[in-house]
Amino acid sequence: MATITKIPLFEESLKKSGLFPLKASGISVFQMNLGRLCNQACKHCHVNAGPNRKELMGSEVIESCLLVLEKSDIPVVDITGGAPEMHPEFRTLVERLKKLGRKVMTRCNLTICVEDGYGDIPEFFKKNSVEVVASLPYFKKEETDRTRGEGVFEKSIDALKKFNEIGYGVDGTSLTLNLAYNPTGLYFPPPQSVLEADFKRELGKRYGISFNKLLTMINMPVGRFAEFLERTSNYGSYMEKLAKLYNRSAAGNVMCRNTLSVNWEGDMYDCDFNQMLDIKVNHGAPSHINGFDAELLNDREIMVGLHCYGCTAGSGSSCGGATANG
Amino acid sequence: MDSYYNPDDLGKFSDMAKDAPELGKAFFEYYGKVFEEGALTEREKSLIALAVAHAVQCPYCIDAYSKDCLEKGSNREQMTEAVHVAVAIRGGASLVHGIQMRNSADKMTF
Repeated sequence: MATITKIPLFEESLKKSGLFPLKASGISVFQMNLGRLCNQACKHCHVNAGPNRKELMGSEVIESCLLVLEKSDIPVVDITGGAPEMHPEFRTLVERLKKLGRKVMTRCNLTICVEDGYGDIPEFFKKNSVEVVASLPYFKKEETDRTRGEGVFEKSIDALKKFNEIGYGVDGTSLTLNLAYNPTGLYFPPPQSVLEADFKRELGKRYGISFNKLLTMINMPVGRFAEFLERTSNYGSYMEKLAKLYNRSAAGNVMCRNTLSVNWEGDMYDCDFNQMLDIKVNHGAPSHINGFDAELLNDREIMVGLHCYGCTAGSGSSCGGATANG
Repeated sequence: MDSYYNPDDLGKFSDMAKDAPELGKAFFEYYGKVFEEGALTEREKSLIALAVAHAVQCPYCIDAYSKDCLEKGSNREQMTEAVHVAVAIRGGASLVHGIQMRNSADKMTF
Protein backbone atom coordinates (compact mmCIF):
# COMPACT_ATOMS: atom_id res chain seq x y z
CA MET A 1 0.00 0.00 0.00
CA ALA A 2 1.28 3.48 -0.89
CA THR A 3 2.64 5.59 1.95
CA ILE A 4 0.59 8.66 2.75
CA THR A 5 2.46 11.30 4.66
CA LYS A 6 0.48 14.44 3.99
CA ILE A 7 -2.72 13.70 5.85
CA PRO A 8 -3.46 13.81 9.57
CA LEU A 9 -4.73 10.77 11.44
CA PHE A 10 -8.53 10.68 11.43
CA GLU A 11 -8.47 10.88 15.23
CA GLU A 12 -6.63 14.22 14.98
CA SER A 13 -9.30 15.67 12.70
CA LEU A 14 -11.97 14.46 15.13
CA LYS A 15 -10.11 16.09 18.03
CA LYS A 16 -9.88 19.41 16.19
CA SER A 17 -13.62 19.38 15.64
CA GLY A 18 -14.42 18.32 19.20
CA LEU A 19 -15.73 14.89 18.20
CA PHE A 20 -13.08 12.66 19.74
CA PRO A 21 -13.66 10.04 20.96
CA LEU A 22 -16.38 9.36 18.42
CA LYS A 23 -19.19 7.61 20.27
CA ALA A 24 -22.28 5.74 19.16
CA SER A 25 -25.62 7.21 20.13
CA GLY A 26 -27.69 4.04 20.32
CA ILE A 27 -28.41 1.56 17.54
CA SER A 28 -31.24 2.39 15.18
CA VAL A 29 -29.99 0.38 12.19
CA PHE A 30 -28.98 -3.27 12.49
CA GLN A 31 -27.10 -4.10 9.32
CA MET A 32 -26.78 -7.74 8.34
CA ASN A 33 -24.26 -8.58 5.66
CA LEU A 34 -25.37 -12.01 4.48
CA GLY A 35 -22.15 -12.73 2.61
CA ARG A 36 -20.08 -12.02 -0.44
CA LEU A 37 -21.86 -14.09 -3.06
CA CYS A 38 -23.12 -11.88 -5.89
CA ASN A 39 -24.13 -12.30 -9.52
CA GLN A 40 -22.00 -9.24 -10.38
CA ALA A 41 -18.38 -8.19 -9.75
CA CYS A 42 -18.43 -4.38 -9.78
CA LYS A 43 -15.26 -2.32 -10.01
CA HIS A 44 -16.15 -0.07 -7.08
CA CYS A 45 -17.30 -2.90 -4.76
CA HIS A 46 -15.79 -2.54 -1.29
CA VAL A 47 -16.90 -6.08 -0.43
CA ASN A 48 -15.00 -7.76 -3.30
CA ALA A 49 -18.22 -9.65 -3.90
CA GLY A 50 -18.66 -11.91 -6.90
CA PRO A 51 -20.15 -15.12 -8.31
CA ASN A 52 -17.35 -17.30 -6.96
CA ARG A 53 -17.41 -16.13 -3.36
CA LYS A 54 -18.44 -18.79 -0.85
CA GLU A 55 -18.87 -16.75 2.33
CA LEU A 56 -22.51 -16.91 3.45
CA MET A 57 -24.05 -16.23 6.85
CA GLY A 58 -24.81 -19.51 8.63
CA SER A 59 -28.16 -20.44 10.17
CA GLU A 60 -26.78 -20.15 13.72
CA VAL A 61 -25.67 -16.57 13.11
CA ILE A 62 -29.05 -15.71 11.61
CA GLU A 63 -30.77 -17.18 14.67
CA SER A 64 -28.48 -15.18 16.98
CA CYS A 65 -29.30 -11.97 15.08
CA LEU A 66 -33.03 -12.68 15.31
CA LEU A 67 -32.72 -13.37 19.02
CA VAL A 68 -30.93 -10.06 19.56
CA LEU A 69 -33.58 -8.23 17.57
CA GLU A 70 -36.37 -9.96 19.45
CA LYS A 71 -34.95 -8.71 22.74
CA SER A 72 -34.24 -5.18 21.51
CA ASP A 73 -36.22 -2.33 20.03
CA ILE A 74 -33.86 -1.62 17.13
CA PRO A 75 -36.34 -0.34 14.52
CA VAL A 76 -34.56 -0.91 11.19
CA VAL A 77 -32.82 -3.93 9.71
CA ASP A 78 -30.66 -3.23 6.67
CA ILE A 79 -29.84 -6.38 4.69
CA THR A 80 -26.85 -6.29 2.40
CA GLY A 81 -24.25 -8.51 0.75
CA GLY A 82 -23.13 -9.42 -2.00
CA ALA A 83 -26.50 -9.94 -3.50
CA PRO A 84 -28.42 -10.82 -0.32
CA GLU A 85 -31.27 -12.36 -2.35
CA MET A 86 -28.90 -15.21 -3.31
CA HIS A 87 -28.65 -16.35 0.31
CA PRO A 88 -30.79 -19.50 0.64
CA GLU A 89 -32.43 -18.22 3.84
CA PHE A 90 -32.99 -14.65 2.62
CA ARG A 91 -36.75 -14.92 2.17
CA THR A 92 -37.46 -16.60 5.48
CA LEU A 93 -35.23 -14.05 7.20
CA VAL A 94 -37.23 -11.16 5.72
CA GLU A 95 -40.53 -12.78 6.70
CA ARG A 96 -39.36 -13.36 10.26
CA LEU A 97 -38.09 -9.79 10.56
CA LYS A 98 -41.47 -8.49 9.42
CA LYS A 99 -43.15 -10.69 12.03
CA LEU A 100 -40.93 -8.98 14.60
CA GLY A 101 -42.39 -5.70 13.36
CA ARG A 102 -39.14 -4.29 12.04
CA LYS A 103 -38.71 -2.03 9.07
CA VAL A 104 -36.69 -4.03 6.56
CA MET A 105 -34.58 -2.42 3.90
CA THR A 106 -32.41 -4.27 1.45
CA ARG A 107 -29.61 -3.41 -0.93
CA CYS A 108 -30.55 -4.73 -4.37
CA ASN A 109 -28.24 -4.74 -7.39
CA LEU A 110 -31.32 -4.87 -9.70
CA THR A 111 -29.90 -7.42 -12.15
CA ILE A 112 -30.65 -10.23 -9.69
CA CYS A 113 -34.36 -9.55 -10.34
CA VAL A 114 -34.03 -10.68 -13.94
CA GLU A 115 -31.94 -13.78 -13.21
CA ASP A 116 -33.53 -17.24 -13.31
CA GLY A 117 -35.17 -18.08 -9.99
CA TYR A 118 -35.33 -14.50 -8.77
CA GLY A 119 -37.92 -12.95 -11.09
CA ASP A 120 -40.49 -12.73 -8.31
CA ILE A 121 -38.20 -10.78 -5.97
CA PRO A 122 -40.00 -7.44 -6.56
CA GLU A 123 -43.34 -9.06 -5.68
CA PHE A 124 -41.79 -10.69 -2.63
CA PHE A 125 -40.48 -7.31 -1.49
CA LYS A 126 -43.89 -5.75 -2.00
CA LYS A 127 -45.61 -8.49 -0.01
CA ASN A 128 -43.27 -7.80 2.90
CA SER A 129 -43.17 -3.99 2.53
CA VAL A 130 -39.41 -4.08 2.08
CA GLU A 131 -37.72 -0.75 1.36
CA VAL A 132 -35.44 -1.16 -1.63
CA VAL A 133 -32.12 0.62 -2.18
CA ALA A 134 -31.10 -0.26 -5.72
CA SER A 135 -27.68 0.37 -7.22
CA LEU A 136 -27.53 2.30 -10.47
CA PRO A 137 -24.25 4.09 -11.27
CA TYR A 138 -25.77 6.29 -13.97
CA PHE A 139 -28.78 6.84 -16.19
CA LYS A 140 -26.73 5.92 -19.26
CA LYS A 141 -25.56 2.55 -20.50
CA GLU A 142 -21.90 3.39 -21.13
CA GLU A 143 -21.13 4.62 -17.61
CA THR A 144 -23.15 1.88 -15.92
CA ASP A 145 -21.69 -1.01 -17.89
CA ARG A 146 -18.16 0.32 -17.45
CA THR A 147 -18.55 -0.04 -13.68
CA ARG A 148 -20.79 -3.05 -13.36
CA GLY A 149 -20.18 -5.11 -16.48
CA GLU A 150 -21.52 -5.42 -20.00
CA GLY A 151 -25.29 -5.73 -20.23
CA VAL A 152 -25.95 -4.61 -16.65
CA PHE A 153 -27.63 -1.36 -17.64
CA GLU A 154 -30.32 -2.97 -19.76
CA LYS A 155 -31.07 -5.57 -17.09
CA SER A 156 -31.21 -2.83 -14.46
CA ILE A 157 -33.70 -0.84 -16.52
CA ASP A 158 -35.86 -3.97 -16.97
CA ALA A 159 -35.79 -4.54 -13.20
CA LEU A 160 -36.67 -0.92 -12.41
CA LYS A 161 -39.65 -1.16 -14.76
CA LYS A 162 -40.78 -4.27 -12.87
CA PHE A 163 -40.57 -2.38 -9.58
CA ASN A 164 -42.51 0.56 -11.00
CA GLU A 165 -45.20 -1.72 -12.45
CA ILE A 166 -46.05 -3.03 -8.98
CA GLY A 167 -45.99 0.41 -7.37
CA TYR A 168 -42.42 0.84 -6.12
CA GLY A 169 -41.11 4.40 -6.48
CA VAL A 170 -44.48 5.59 -7.73
CA ASP A 171 -46.35 8.59 -6.29
CA GLY A 172 -49.25 7.62 -4.10
CA THR A 173 -47.81 4.33 -2.85
CA SER A 174 -45.80 3.66 0.29
CA LEU A 175 -43.40 1.34 -1.52
CA THR A 176 -39.99 2.99 -1.38
CA LEU A 177 -37.50 2.57 -4.18
CA ASN A 178 -34.33 4.58 -3.66
CA LEU A 179 -31.40 4.51 -6.03
CA ALA A 180 -27.78 4.42 -4.90
CA TYR A 181 -25.17 6.23 -6.97
CA ASN A 182 -21.42 5.76 -6.86
CA PRO A 183 -19.11 7.75 -9.15
CA THR A 184 -17.83 5.65 -12.03
CA GLY A 185 -14.21 6.39 -11.17
CA LEU A 186 -11.83 8.53 -9.15
CA TYR A 187 -13.97 11.60 -8.79
CA PHE A 188 -16.42 12.54 -6.04
CA PRO A 189 -20.21 12.52 -6.35
CA PRO A 190 -21.97 15.66 -7.59
CA PRO A 191 -24.35 17.31 -5.09
CA GLN A 192 -27.09 14.79 -4.25
CA SER A 193 -30.04 17.07 -5.00
CA VAL A 194 -28.60 18.16 -8.35
CA LEU A 195 -27.89 14.61 -9.48
CA GLU A 196 -31.24 13.35 -8.22
CA ALA A 197 -32.97 15.90 -10.46
CA ASP A 198 -30.90 14.66 -13.43
CA PHE A 199 -31.68 11.01 -12.71
CA LYS A 200 -35.39 11.70 -12.31
CA ARG A 201 -35.58 13.75 -15.49
CA GLU A 202 -33.49 11.39 -17.65
CA LEU A 203 -34.85 8.05 -16.39
CA GLY A 204 -38.37 9.45 -16.73
CA LYS A 205 -37.81 10.84 -20.22
CA ARG A 206 -35.84 7.90 -21.60
CA TYR A 207 -37.54 4.94 -19.96
CA GLY A 208 -40.61 6.20 -18.08
CA ILE A 209 -38.98 5.12 -14.79
CA SER A 210 -39.63 6.81 -11.45
CA PHE A 211 -38.06 6.41 -8.01
CA ASN A 212 -38.11 8.10 -4.62
CA LYS A 213 -34.66 9.37 -3.69
CA LEU A 214 -31.15 9.22 -5.09
CA LEU A 215 -28.49 8.45 -2.49
CA THR A 216 -25.02 9.59 -3.53
CA MET A 217 -22.07 7.74 -2.07
CA ILE A 218 -18.35 8.37 -2.22
CA ASN A 219 -16.28 5.44 -3.46
CA MET A 220 -14.57 4.20 -0.31
CA PRO A 221 -10.85 3.41 -0.40
CA VAL A 222 -11.62 -0.16 0.61
CA GLY A 223 -11.77 -3.50 -1.24
CA ARG A 224 -11.80 -3.54 -5.04
CA PHE A 225 -11.83 0.25 -5.32
CA ALA A 226 -8.73 0.50 -3.08
CA GLU A 227 -7.01 -2.01 -5.36
CA PHE A 228 -7.94 0.16 -8.34
CA LEU A 229 -6.46 3.23 -6.61
CA GLU A 230 -3.25 1.34 -5.93
CA ARG A 231 -3.01 -0.08 -9.43
CA THR A 232 -3.40 3.34 -11.01
CA SER A 233 -1.08 5.07 -8.48
CA ASN A 234 -3.92 7.25 -7.27
CA TYR A 235 -4.25 6.01 -3.69
CA GLY A 236 -2.26 8.84 -2.12
CA SER A 237 -3.89 11.67 -4.05
CA TYR A 238 -7.39 10.25 -3.47
CA MET A 239 -6.79 9.97 0.28
CA GLU A 240 -5.31 13.45 0.40
CA LYS A 241 -8.37 14.87 -1.32
CA LEU A 242 -10.70 13.02 1.07
CA ALA A 243 -8.81 14.41 4.06
CA LYS A 244 -8.66 17.92 2.62
CA LEU A 245 -12.44 17.95 2.29
CA TYR A 246 -13.06 16.82 5.89
CA ASN A 247 -16.36 18.35 6.98
CA ARG A 248 -17.16 18.58 10.70
CA SER A 249 -20.87 18.47 10.04
CA ALA A 250 -20.55 15.23 8.04
CA ALA A 251 -18.29 13.80 10.76
CA GLY A 252 -20.97 14.45 13.35
CA ASN A 253 -23.52 12.58 11.24
CA VAL A 254 -21.52 9.48 10.29
CA MET A 255 -23.68 6.38 10.04
CA CYS A 256 -21.58 4.32 12.47
CA ARG A 257 -23.02 6.42 15.31
CA ASN A 258 -26.39 4.72 14.91
CA THR A 259 -25.55 1.53 13.01
CA LEU A 260 -24.24 -1.86 14.00
CA SER A 261 -22.96 -4.09 11.22
CA VAL A 262 -22.83 -7.88 11.51
CA ASN A 263 -20.88 -10.04 9.09
CA TRP A 264 -21.55 -13.55 7.84
CA GLU A 265 -19.62 -15.04 10.75
CA GLY A 266 -21.47 -13.05 13.40
CA ASP A 267 -18.66 -10.60 14.07
CA MET A 268 -19.81 -7.07 14.84
CA TYR A 269 -18.45 -3.89 13.31
CA ASP A 270 -19.19 -0.18 13.48
CA CYS A 271 -19.93 -0.14 9.73
CA ASP A 272 -19.76 -2.23 6.58
CA PHE A 273 -16.39 -0.70 5.65
CA ASN A 274 -14.79 -1.63 8.97
CA GLN A 275 -16.25 -5.05 8.30
CA MET A 276 -14.33 -5.34 5.04
CA LEU A 277 -11.15 -4.17 6.78
CA ASP A 278 -11.88 -6.54 9.70
CA ILE A 279 -11.74 -3.76 12.29
CA LYS A 280 -14.17 -5.19 14.82
CA VAL A 281 -16.11 -3.29 17.47
CA ASN A 282 -13.76 -2.76 20.40
CA HIS A 283 -12.96 -0.35 23.25
CA GLY A 284 -14.50 -2.81 25.68
CA ALA A 285 -17.68 -3.54 23.71
CA PRO A 286 -18.39 -7.12 22.61
CA SER A 287 -17.39 -7.98 19.06
CA HIS A 288 -19.54 -11.06 18.33
CA ILE A 289 -23.30 -11.31 18.06
CA ASN A 290 -23.36 -14.05 20.70
CA GLY A 291 -22.03 -11.53 23.21
CA PHE A 292 -24.43 -8.72 22.21
CA ASP A 293 -24.86 -6.31 25.10
CA ALA A 294 -27.02 -3.28 24.29
CA GLU A 295 -25.74 -1.29 27.25
CA LEU A 296 -22.10 -1.65 26.18
CA LEU A 297 -22.81 -1.19 22.48
CA ASN A 298 -25.17 1.78 22.63
CA ASP A 299 -22.48 4.27 23.58
CA ARG A 300 -19.43 2.37 22.41
CA GLU A 301 -16.43 4.21 21.08
CA ILE A 302 -16.23 3.85 17.31
CA MET A 303 -13.15 2.28 15.75
CA VAL A 304 -11.71 4.73 13.23
CA GLY A 305 -8.98 4.82 10.58
CA LEU A 306 -7.89 6.81 7.55
CA HIS A 307 -10.66 5.24 5.45
CA CYS A 308 -13.19 7.11 7.62
CA TYR A 309 -12.33 10.26 5.67
CA GLY A 310 -14.47 8.67 2.95
CA CYS A 311 -17.58 9.31 5.04
CA THR A 312 -16.65 12.83 6.14
CA ALA A 313 -15.51 14.47 2.89
CA GLY A 314 -17.59 17.30 1.43
CA SER A 315 -21.29 16.49 1.70
CA GLY A 316 -20.43 13.27 3.52
CA SER A 317 -21.33 9.73 2.56
CA SER A 318 -23.18 6.87 4.14
CA CYS A 319 -25.36 3.91 3.22
CA GLY A 320 -28.15 6.50 3.30
CA GLY A 321 -26.37 8.90 0.95
CA ALA A 322 -25.00 12.39 1.71
CA THR A 323 -25.01 13.40 5.38
CA ALA A 324 -24.30 17.13 5.29
CA ASN A 325 -24.28 20.22 3.16
CA GLY A 326 -20.97 20.44 1.34
CA MET B 1 13.54 18.11 -16.61
CA ASP B 2 11.63 15.32 -18.36
CA SER B 3 8.87 17.56 -19.59
CA TYR B 4 7.77 21.17 -19.50
CA TYR B 5 4.51 19.93 -17.97
CA ASN B 6 4.47 18.09 -14.64
CA PRO B 7 1.05 17.03 -13.20
CA ASP B 8 2.26 17.81 -9.65
CA ASP B 9 2.77 21.45 -10.65
CA LEU B 10 -0.99 21.98 -10.72
CA GLY B 11 -0.99 21.59 -6.93
CA LYS B 12 1.57 24.41 -6.73
CA PHE B 13 -0.70 26.88 -8.52
CA SER B 14 -1.10 28.96 -5.36
CA ASP B 15 2.72 29.36 -5.17
CA MET B 16 2.28 32.02 -7.83
CA ALA B 17 1.16 34.35 -5.04
CA LYS B 18 4.50 34.08 -3.25
CA ASP B 19 6.39 36.87 -4.93
CA ALA B 20 3.37 39.02 -5.70
CA PRO B 21 1.04 38.40 -2.76
CA GLU B 22 -1.44 41.21 -3.44
CA LEU B 23 -1.85 40.28 -7.07
CA GLY B 24 -2.02 36.61 -6.14
CA LYS B 25 -4.66 37.21 -3.47
CA ALA B 26 -6.72 39.35 -5.83
CA PHE B 27 -6.48 36.79 -8.62
CA PHE B 28 -7.39 33.76 -6.52
CA GLU B 29 -10.29 35.53 -4.85
CA TYR B 30 -11.56 36.59 -8.24
CA TYR B 31 -11.05 33.07 -9.61
CA GLY B 32 -13.08 31.59 -6.77
CA LYS B 33 -15.87 34.12 -7.22
CA VAL B 34 -16.08 33.49 -10.96
CA PHE B 35 -16.90 29.82 -10.40
CA GLU B 36 -19.55 30.38 -7.75
CA GLU B 37 -23.19 29.80 -8.67
CA GLY B 38 -24.62 32.95 -10.26
CA ALA B 39 -26.74 33.56 -13.32
CA LEU B 40 -24.98 30.44 -14.58
CA THR B 41 -24.85 27.25 -12.54
CA GLU B 42 -21.55 25.86 -11.25
CA ARG B 43 -22.02 22.99 -13.68
CA GLU B 44 -22.41 25.32 -16.68
CA LYS B 45 -19.34 27.31 -15.64
CA SER B 46 -17.31 24.14 -15.33
CA LEU B 47 -18.30 23.06 -18.85
CA ILE B 48 -17.34 26.50 -20.20
CA ALA B 49 -13.99 26.20 -18.39
CA LEU B 50 -13.46 22.78 -19.97
CA ALA B 51 -14.15 24.16 -23.44
CA VAL B 52 -11.84 27.14 -22.89
CA ALA B 53 -9.16 24.80 -21.52
CA HIS B 54 -9.20 23.03 -24.87
CA ALA B 55 -9.18 26.29 -26.80
CA VAL B 56 -6.09 27.49 -24.90
CA GLN B 57 -4.73 23.92 -24.83
CA CYS B 58 -3.83 23.97 -21.13
CA PRO B 59 -3.20 20.40 -19.89
CA TYR B 60 -3.51 21.47 -16.24
CA CYS B 61 -6.91 22.99 -16.90
CA ILE B 62 -8.08 20.04 -19.00
CA ASP B 63 -7.15 17.66 -16.17
CA ALA B 64 -8.73 19.83 -13.48
CA TYR B 65 -11.95 20.62 -15.32
CA SER B 66 -12.51 17.11 -16.64
CA LYS B 67 -12.69 15.99 -13.02
CA ASP B 68 -14.62 19.07 -11.94
CA CYS B 69 -17.23 18.55 -14.69
CA LEU B 70 -17.79 14.96 -13.52
CA GLU B 71 -18.07 16.12 -9.92
CA LYS B 72 -20.59 18.74 -10.93
CA GLY B 73 -22.70 16.01 -12.56
CA SER B 74 -21.83 16.39 -16.23
CA ASN B 75 -21.29 13.27 -18.30
CA ARG B 76 -18.91 12.40 -21.11
CA GLU B 77 -21.47 13.18 -23.78
CA GLN B 78 -21.94 16.72 -22.46
CA MET B 79 -18.21 17.20 -21.94
CA THR B 80 -17.47 16.03 -25.48
CA GLU B 81 -20.05 18.48 -26.84
CA ALA B 82 -18.35 21.26 -24.85
CA VAL B 83 -15.02 20.38 -26.46
CA HIS B 84 -16.70 20.52 -29.86
CA VAL B 85 -17.89 24.03 -29.07
CA ALA B 86 -14.25 25.02 -28.53
CA VAL B 87 -13.26 23.23 -31.73
CA ALA B 88 -16.03 24.95 -33.70
CA ILE B 89 -15.04 28.38 -32.45
CA ARG B 90 -11.35 27.78 -33.12
CA GLY B 91 -12.07 26.36 -36.56
CA GLY B 92 -14.68 28.99 -37.27
CA ALA B 93 -12.29 31.75 -36.24
CA SER B 94 -9.81 30.55 -38.83
CA LEU B 95 -12.42 30.07 -41.48
CA VAL B 96 -14.07 33.45 -40.98
CA HIS B 97 -10.66 35.09 -41.54
CA GLY B 98 -10.93 33.57 -44.98
CA ILE B 99 -13.18 36.52 -45.76
CA GLN B 100 -10.13 38.76 -45.24
CA MET B 101 -8.28 36.54 -47.66
CA ARG B 102 -11.09 36.96 -50.15
CA ASN B 103 -11.20 40.73 -49.61
CA SER B 104 -7.42 40.98 -50.17
CA ALA B 105 -7.61 38.78 -53.21
CA ASP B 106 -10.48 40.90 -54.57
CA LYS B 107 -8.35 44.01 -54.25
CA MET B 108 -5.44 42.44 -56.07
CA THR B 109 -7.23 40.81 -58.93
CA PHE B 110 -9.55 41.76 -61.80
